[in-house]
Amino acid sequence: MAIPISYNVRNLRVRKGTTLMTALGIALTVAVLLGIGTLVEGLRNAFELSGNPLHLIVMRQGSTSELVSIVGKASFDVIKFEDGIAEIDGEPMVSHEVVSVVNLGLRGNPEEVANVSVRGLSQVGIKMRDDVQLLEGRWFDPGKREMVVGKGVHAVREGTSIGEKIFYGRGDWEVVGVFSAGRSAFNSEIWVDANLAGSDLGRGSGRSSILVRAKTEADAVALTNRLSDDQRLGLEAERESDYYAKQMSTARPIEVLGVFVAVIMAIGSCFAAMNTMFAAIANRSREIAVLRLLGFSRLSVLGSFMIEALLLSLLGGVLGCLLVLPLNGLEGRIGNAVTFAETTFQFRVTPFYIGIGLTFSVIMGVLGGFLPARLAARRDVLQSLGSN
Amino acid sequence: MNSGIAISMRNLCKEYTREEFKVVALDDITLDIAEGEFFCLMGPSGSGKSTLLHLVAGIDRPTSGSLGVLGADIADMTDRELARWRSENIGYVFQTFNLIPVLTAWENVELPLQLTHLKRPDRLERARTALEIVGLGDRLDHLPKQLSGGQEQRVAIARALVTDPAIILADEPTGELDAASANEVLSILTTLNRDHGKTIIMVTHDPRAARFARTSRYLDKGRMMEMQTPSVMD
Repeated sequence: MAIPISYNVRNLRVRKGTTLMTALGIALTVAVLLGIGTLVEGLRNAFELSGNPLHLIVMRQGSTSELVSIVGKASFDVIKFEDGIAEIDGEPMVSHEVVSVVNLGLRGNPEEVANVSVRGLSQVGIKMRDDVQLLEGRWFDPGKREMVVGKGVHAVREGTSIGEKIFYGRGDWEVVGVFSAGRSAFNSEIWVDANLAGSDLGRGSGRSSILVRAKTEADAVALTNRLSDDQRLGLEAERESDYYAKQMSTARPIEVLGVFVAVIMAIGSCFAAMNTMFAAIANRSREIAVLRLLGFSRLSVLGSFMIEALLLSLLGGVLGCLLVLPLNGLEGRIGNAVTFAETTFQFRVTPFYIGIGLTFSVIMGVLGGFLPARLAARRDVLQSLGSN
Repeated sequence: MNSGIAISMRNLCKEYTREEFKVVALDDITLDIAEGEFFCLMGPSGSGKSTLLHLVAGIDRPTSGSLGVLGADIADMTDRELARWRSENIGYVFQTFNLIPVLTAWENVELPLQLTHLKRPDRLERARTALEIVGLGDRLDHLPKQLSGGQEQRVAIARALVTDPAIILADEPTGELDAASANEVLSILTTLNRDHGKTIIMVTHDPRAARFARTSRYLDKGRMMEMQTPSVMD
């Protein structure tokens, strides 16, 4: 008993100007929502991929980030002989690391400076990051003022190409390589030799944190409890994945603002869809009466106009998705409120977000289309037949 | 209902209230229309002709009196029952054609068949046959705007007859047509009545159109008058 969909499709095509304008309104709303969504997804991806589930990050008790934490060499010497720690080449997988920041200008606009994280680490520390690989040049030599920059930093920050020098600590450090860390947040860092960095920063033998890889999940739990409970150390251990997950709070204000803007726009788009459908129904009141007279029920008319509203909004949804598609893989950067440094990430347009965008557009169609469709279904046949 | 009677009206009244004034559209109409009749209803504007047609089609309900159409008391039917009954028993032809502008002639005629259980190939075949009956077998894929007024009305007639209804209601079917097209349309209605046994109720202002009917009656201020008009069918 359904009115054929071709009737709705052709009506949308006949009113192509109005259809396109309304669909564009919906498309922009979907694009804003997806734009924010893909940013948040990119950041989440970067932070989630930064944490190995068997890694523990050990910092001074009460420290919220590595930047404000100090862990002495004595603690490191105790921890590296703990049970349950994985080994590589006969050495425990423990890395005593120092984290600080350096100011770098933007490529093409040196005036626009931002903090970039500099991590001092050992060769074991590099090996512990499984996804890291050298893209260009070579790794730094221990004892030399050499830097290897993450590809995210290299892409956007000035002075980070091989052979260029960056003033850091007490002198100039030469960039000797560029590394990739998959899509993780390590791409936003510069890596240097830990001992030299500690000395240049005047930290003596103290560092920011210790990275530990447990042998097994059970060892990870046991180590976390043991290290945190040891009163002599005054340290706190947590999963590396948890530490980076907390940094998602950086994206929360943007997420909230984005959703707020998208909801406001969605209300506007609902009214636009409603207006378009009301106009369509006003122009087609005789047609609706004829359909009723032919035997189509009120429910069929309601369904038909709901389908038309949904087709209209889905067109907007598809256009919105197409608008954000070019963002996929694009490099983004954001100030990290936890590390006080810039985090680079890749916008990620995933099937999940495409689904969210289309669902959002369908919701707009349902909300915007229901009242006009109900009006069409309730229209008096005789009155409509008499109208022009 | 008496056997052989398609439409039976007894003391049928229809009143409207317009801006606080009571308007009597039909006043105590008693009338039988036989099955297979070509019945013409004439009268000036506002005499109640279209109202009577709307009552027979079940798109309006009488204020009082009884109305039986093909043995059914349509006054007691719900909206949903009426919609189904109408799609099976009534074909309706309007003065202004009222084709769906975005659908082709073929699709317009197929539309009422969407309410049946026929499969699409069967629906299309029946719609094609209906269009061939009205002489438009070569205009299947034309949109209404690509047809002349006479052709549009013939498509509307094909749409009205495609479900093979027992009754065809025609509300001023020649009102918008030139004389030649009007004659074509009236000839088709005559053929449908004579060769296919359809009961046709036609409302018209036009005495020339009325001559195609077997029986004509005159409505004035809602009351039925006797009228003698020579029929071309006599």
